[in-house]
Amino acid sequence: MKSETVKNMDVLLRPEKFRAAVFDRTASEEGGFSNYSYWRSTIRTFFRSKFVVFIVALIGMLILMAFLYPALSKTDPGAISTNPMTWNKRPNADHWFGTDSIGRDIWARAWYGTRNSFLLAFFIACSDVGVGTVVGALWGYNKKMDPVMIEIYNVMTNIPSTVYLVLLAYIMNTSFLTLFIAMASRGWIVEARFFRNRILSIRDSEYNVASKCLGTPMRRIVSRNIIPHIVSLIIMETALVIPYSISSEVFLSFIGIGMPVDAVTLGNIVNQGRSSFALHPYQMLLPTAILCVITIAFYVIGNKFADASDPRNHV
Amino acid sequence: MRAELPGLAGQRAYSIRGGPESLLRYILNRTLRSILTVVIVFVTVFMLLRFMPLNGYFTDEMLKVSDEQTRMAYLRNQGLLDPPFSQLWRFVKNLFAGDLGRSLTVYPKVPITILLCEKIPVTAAFGAASLVLGMTLGLLMGMFMARYKERLGDTLGTFYVVFVRAVPSLIYLFFIQVWVSGVLKLPLVFYEDRPESWILPTICLSLGSIAWYAIWLRRFMVDEENRDYVKFAMVKGLSKKYVLRRHLFKNAIIPIAIYLPSDILFIISGSLIIESLYAIPGTGGLLTKAIQKQDNNLVQVIVLMYAILSVLGVFLGDLLVAFVDPRIRLTEDEG
Repeated sequence: MKSETVKNMDVLLRPEKFRAAVFDRTASEEGGFSNYSYWRSTIRTFFRSKFVVFIVALIGMLILMAFLYPALSKTDPGAISTNPMTWNKRPNADHWFGTDSIGRDIWARAWYGTRNSFLLAFFIACSDVGVGTVVGALWGYNKKMDPVMIEIYNVMTNIPSTVYLVLLAYIMNTSFLTLFIAMASRGWIVEARFFRNRILSIRDSEYNVASKCLGTPMRRIVSRNIIPHIVSLIIMETALVIPYSISSEVFLSFIGIGMPVDAVTLGNIVNQGRSSFALHPYQMLLPTAILCVITIAFYVIGNKFADASDPRNHV
Repeated sequence: MRAELPGLAGQRAYSIRGGPESLLRYILNRTLRSILTVVIVFVTVFMLLRFMPLNGYFTDEMLKVSDEQTRMAYLRNQGLLDPPFSQLWRFVKNLFAGDLGRSLTVYPKVPITILLCEKIPVTAAFGAASLVLGMTLGLLMGMFMARYKERLGDTLGTFYVVFVRAVPSLIYLFFIQVWVSGVLKLPLVFYEDRPESWILPTICLSLGSIAWYAIWLRRFMVDEENRDYVKFAMVKGLSKKYVLRRHLFKNAIIPIAIYLPSDILFIISGSLIIESLYAIPGTGGLLTKAIQKQDNNLVQVIVLMYAILSVLGVFLGDLLVAFVDPRIRLTEDEG
């Protein structure tokens, strides 16, 4: 039985059945690379879960609406009515989510508020993460900065963030700008330390040390091995700072040192709705729902993206 | 109020060389550094507070009666127009004499020391109750989530954590106050003589820390799960439950323990939101009121108190971990 198989193989593998392949330069190059692309895999892993697709679509629609509505609609979110008949109206055809205690349209206010709060949070996130990345990169590559930066970090993070915010909002007259300054002046140092640690650990990881020993120029290591990692971290951190900033604005409004009362922000709308909740609960419903969806969605997106950007989770 | 845990436990690590002698040096070093940090924080906050609105230095009646000139004379008389550093010096001198100044608008002319002596016990009682509740439930939940990783319990726990951490706390705290109090027939605000009015504020106070303890314990336990000693213990034939409890838990709890002193100190800080919602006469509610009524003296003392408490908490946390963790190494790691 066994010898028979061997005999058959001999018949099959007769030399005249083979011919030498022609050397093909492009084909030989192809074998050396996989068609793995970091970003394609990250995005594919990210969107693999239906839940994430749903949340991204939802948040996309909310933000689109928040920017389109103020641009297209003629309703003024601050228009006060002198006619008491139009105050505290329940939801109806004219006012989809009713009116508040001085006759302002809640549907319009909610979208204006979403836009303003989101823009504020987005600018804060960009500034925190942007400054944080640059400072973190310099810090990671420059040991001399250590003593100063660590002391700044200790001092700033030792003051609880709420106390710091309360303090700054208390001494400044709050407006978009001062609120931005208050939050952005603290956030960057936390991000800087985070990025410094990540850059250090990526730079000193074995494959980069090995690559450096093989003579890869620094520029290539930075552009191919460090920046892609950092970009995904930047996206993740930005997504996570946004809900935090929105929450801070709501918190400051509650304490009474948030945006001026006539500013249309989610924090103001929710707190105004809160004061009339006992009699007119519907006034708080829509703004709160939007607020919850936005904060949860960004939080989830940030975390899911962090998972997806980790090459160990790629397929 | 609590800072995020910095990534993994390792990032905060110190490395040990030598025996108890270097531990002593570490403690000394750390103490001196904390004192420096306290001084810097104190001076910074005090200087920032010099920018407080001037109106906040007057009591209501003074604002009503006096004209611009008398007000300025009053400010000068009180030394509020002096250079900031001489104001700082006077404040520190008074501080060591046990005088923190007087409240202006919230409780006109009452010494702040007396106010704090009244408020701190109330807040501390709530804080202690919620710390115990939060830690017990949080650690149990974290262990449960790690035990049933990626099953229904874990998913539900994650939903809870995401909700508590992402949604502004004001919103769910408010709805708990309005709806849950109605459903459970509990009082809407705090009454000193009704013990059942303690229940909701305590639970509300611990919601955040339950989520915090749960998510970090879960994460550290999952990290530890793949270590060799765990695999070895399982191979020896120990049950998963036993290994989780006796081997894994102790190692996973250390990076969390670093925040325990902060938590203990901060039981006297109270929550700004919860104390205002339930009208609890504590320090958090006091700060909110002081801000709303622009009482500069009160704001200054409470903010400084919070800042110093938190520096102290971080310091004690580092010391605690240096003693508790046998693996600790005592020179700072390179990132």
